[in-house]
Amino acid sequence: MLLPVLFGVSLISFSLLHMVPGDPAELLAGEDANPDFIQALRKEYGLDKPLYIQYLHFVSHVVRGDFGISIRNREPVIKLLKERFLFTVQLSFLSILIAGFIGLIAGVISSTKQYSLFDNVSMVGALFGISMPIFWFGLLLMLVFSVHLRWFPAGGKGTIIHLILPAIALGAAGSAVIARMTRASMLEVIRQDYIRTARANGLREFIVIYKHALKNAMIPVITVFGLEFGYMLGGAVLTETVFSLPGVGRLMVEGIFQRDYPVVQGSMLLVATTFVLVNLLTDIAYAFFDPKIRYE
Amino acid sequence: MNETKALKTSQTAEVWRRLKRNRAAILGGVIVLLFVLIAILAPYISPYPPNEGDLMKRLKPPSKEHLLGTDPLGRDLLSRVIYGARISLQIQVVAVSIAMVIGTVLGMVGGYFGGKFDHLIMRLMDILLAFPGIFLAISIIAVLGSGLTNLMLAAGIYSIPQFARIVRGSVISLKEKEFIEAARAVGENDFNILFRYLLPNSMAPIIVQTTLRMATVLLTASGLSFLGLGVQPPTAEWGAMLSNARAYLITAPHVATVPGLAIMLVVMGFNLFGDGLRDSLDPRLKD
Amino acid sequence: MGTLLSVKNLRTQFYSAGRTVKALDGVSFDIEEGSAFGLVGETGCGKSVTALSILRLIPYPPGKIVEGEIRFSGRNLLDLSEEEMRSVRGKEISMIFQEPMTSLNPVFRIGDQIIEVITLHQKLDRSQAFEKTIEMLERVHIPEARRVAKQFPHQLSGGMRQRVMIAMELSCHPHLLIADEPTTALDVTIQAQILRLIKEMRREFHTSILLITHDLGVIAELCDWVAVMYAGSIVEQASVEEIFENPRHPYTQGLWGAIPLMDREKDTLAVIPGTVPDLSQPPEGCKFNPRCAYRFDPCDRAIPPLFQPSPEHLVSCYLYGGGKNHE
Repeated sequence: MLLPVLFGVSLISFSLLHMVPGDPAELLAGEDANPDFIQALRKEYGLDKPLYIQYLHFVSHVVRGDFGISIRNREPVIKLLKERFLFTVQLSFLSILIAGFIGLIAGVISSTKQYSLFDNVSMVGALFGISMPIFWFGLLLMLVFSVHLRWFPAGGKGTIIHLILPAIALGAAGSAVIARMTRASMLEVIRQDYIRTARANGLREFIVIYKHALKNAMIPVITVFGLEFGYMLGGAVLTETVFSLPGVGRLMVEGIFQRDYPVVQGSMLLVATTFVLVNLLTDIAYAFFDPKIRYE
Repeated sequence: MNETKALKTSQTAEVWRRLKRNRAAILGGVIVLLFVLIAILAPYISPYPPNEGDLMKRLKPPSKEHLLGTDPLGRDLLSRVIYGARISLQIQVVAVSIAMVIGTVLGMVGGYFGGKFDHLIMRLMDILLAFPGIFLAISIIAVLGSGLTNLMLAAGIYSIPQFARIVRGSVISLKEKEFIEAARAVGENDFNILFRYLLPNSMAPIIVQTTLRMATVLLTASGLSFLGLGVQPPTAEWGAMLSNARAYLITAPHVATVPGLAIMLVVMGFNLFGDGLRDSLDPRLKD
Repeated sequence: MGTLLSVKNLRTQFYSAGRTVKALDGVSFDIEEGSAFGLVGETGCGKSVTALSILRLIPYPPGKIVEGEIRFSGRNLLDLSEEEMRSVRGKEISMIFQEPMTSLNPVFRIGDQIIEVITLHQKLDRSQAFEKTIEMLERVHIPEARRVAKQFPHQLSGGMRQRVMIAMELSCHPHLLIADEPTTALDVTIQAQILRLIKEMRREFHTSILLITHDLGVIAELCDWVAVMYAGSIVEQASVEEIFENPRHPYTQGLWGAIPLMDREKDTLAVIPGTVPDLSQPPEGCKFNPRCAYRFDPCDRAIPPLFQPSPEHLVSCYLYGGGKNHE
């Protein structure tokens, strides 16, 4: 089930070099390379062999952690990827924490006070959250909190303080989606018979909502968490660009501009594979938390 | 035949009536309409040509001559925002059209014929969806290169899976229904069944998805242009304009506010209208 | 034997889209200690609303108890604070519902759900509550109670789930058990088992029962006293023998399919013509009058008071009072 998708992903990453116009060896060698170097490269990467052999070659290297050499600075791609990817994962993680925290609380409270002022404000806020471009929100945050209020630095890496504004910008859309989903799920659950039973047994409303209802409502929300985390991994590039952060998104974009194909290939492969794994984990978590699936 | 026509018109009237009652949807619709009008009428309502700049008048704040001020190259911001609408609409229409046509065909074929076809198509969609969000569009640009045409293609390809899924779902749930059995019994061939029976009955979710996708495409396309992977200078596109504005955030913040605001408002409009459409078209709507 | 529950003139209304639905329009009845009281009527007549009103579980919005008195254990339940009411629910008055398939929380184990109720109302620690839970599960004849206590609701059949509900609701030894269509959603063979179980539990726990149903067979099986509801009002009340042998109200007769012998044309009422009234715009006078074959002068002027044509029998119908005596 997983395998065809991973196969497809690796195939697309691999074929990047071959779909771009130009001779692969020349592209890899970079500008102003002398013909001998190009020929040596051709031999080393097996670029004169049939495509499927090249693909196998590519995959066998990748599983051993060899993503090739960056054209730009002649360093192993894996080294670059490691640092930058870890950074983006950190950023996305902080983002989903913020998004989840805000989204869950807003969603639950909105559902218990349907049509109230809080509910309306929340839902309007959610609308803004999904409509605002990440990069613009980031710029606004920077303008207000870094430039004028000077509460946060305007970029670069260092401590977690540096990550807060970018994480908020990245997490806005996610918190909106989570809030909406939580609200809808809670509203659905609160209507169920077993909630009526809990109330009829004399349980306090607080317990009814935050124990009996919430545990049920959370099950579908888990999938949203997983998906949103994935979208943050992918969308991090926008916030990394605004705040000049050393993440894998920015690495890939720079790689595209500099025609550094091994870097681009490596980034594509790594991010996509991670996303596939995240989805898989999410499915497993869902099956784990829903007793109907877990027990029989 | 007349009865079916009458039924269809009364259904459309009912949908229209429900839509009119939804104030949020009306607001969204008005925004979308304004957006489209501005885009179409750009050459007539724009006070200045969008790409001509007077370097003596760089980064001027809003004034009588330049209602929104000028950008780093002395170009009138209002004109650039107006033409930005035009470019955005163009990108959205082309991208969503590509996605709608290809996605619908794939969804219909997969959903109707099932079996190996369906598996293959679904695997392809899964592979596309393995690249999260904007990352997919970036990857496509990495292969195709940047520029306006490739941007439209990338945004189009990136939107195909959602259309395919929705149409497939619709076809699967409809194909077991009795009116399809009846059509087969009368001897209709598959092609006709698909296009004259299944497709028209799937239009509701397709229309909703089209509207919502216009919003997503605008966000993605402007994001790509912001990164420099989309439209190339000097084209006036909202995302690209924001990219230029970065360096002047402190000295001339007005350059960064308006294009972003425009993106947000238009996306909101499409979202509100799309949600409203979805609610109006859903026969199971409860008050 | 005294009166356990006394409902007087209960009025419950629901508000929606500018309309006020009078779901309960002056309902009164008494339940004696140790008895089984049946409330019978068509869907929508207000039987479930009555039960939910007693426990004050009517959601507001859109519903509200606007008038009436519910006397229980020397107090008017409608005067209690929410906190005081919570100590009544599940402890002094318990309720089991129609849909056993969905009445238990799917993400908690059976045992834990019952333990939660026990520890809420009784001063037992967790292991004592657990033993009590097992005891209750065994008393409702659930085999392998310890294993079942660790299971989740979806792993049990409908009949088993209803037994669990009964165990849960009787675990705190309530004075009154309200059973809202407890067997309707079950297979016929299981229905008989559950009814037997309710009868047995009634004996063992000395619990009074308020049974709500549209099934006459269940009434005959279980109840001492029966009230017939129509469109938010009680139209007839009698002992179970009386109500079956001598149905007086035209609606009850219609329900029973009985052939009334009056000094009028004999109408075989196999089906009651017409439909249940819209409770946001109820008819004037007796709510059944538009459909009643015996309708005459006073019927559409005012709701008929309760007449007593014989001991142990009350009817809200002008045929039995107000000048005309058909005895």
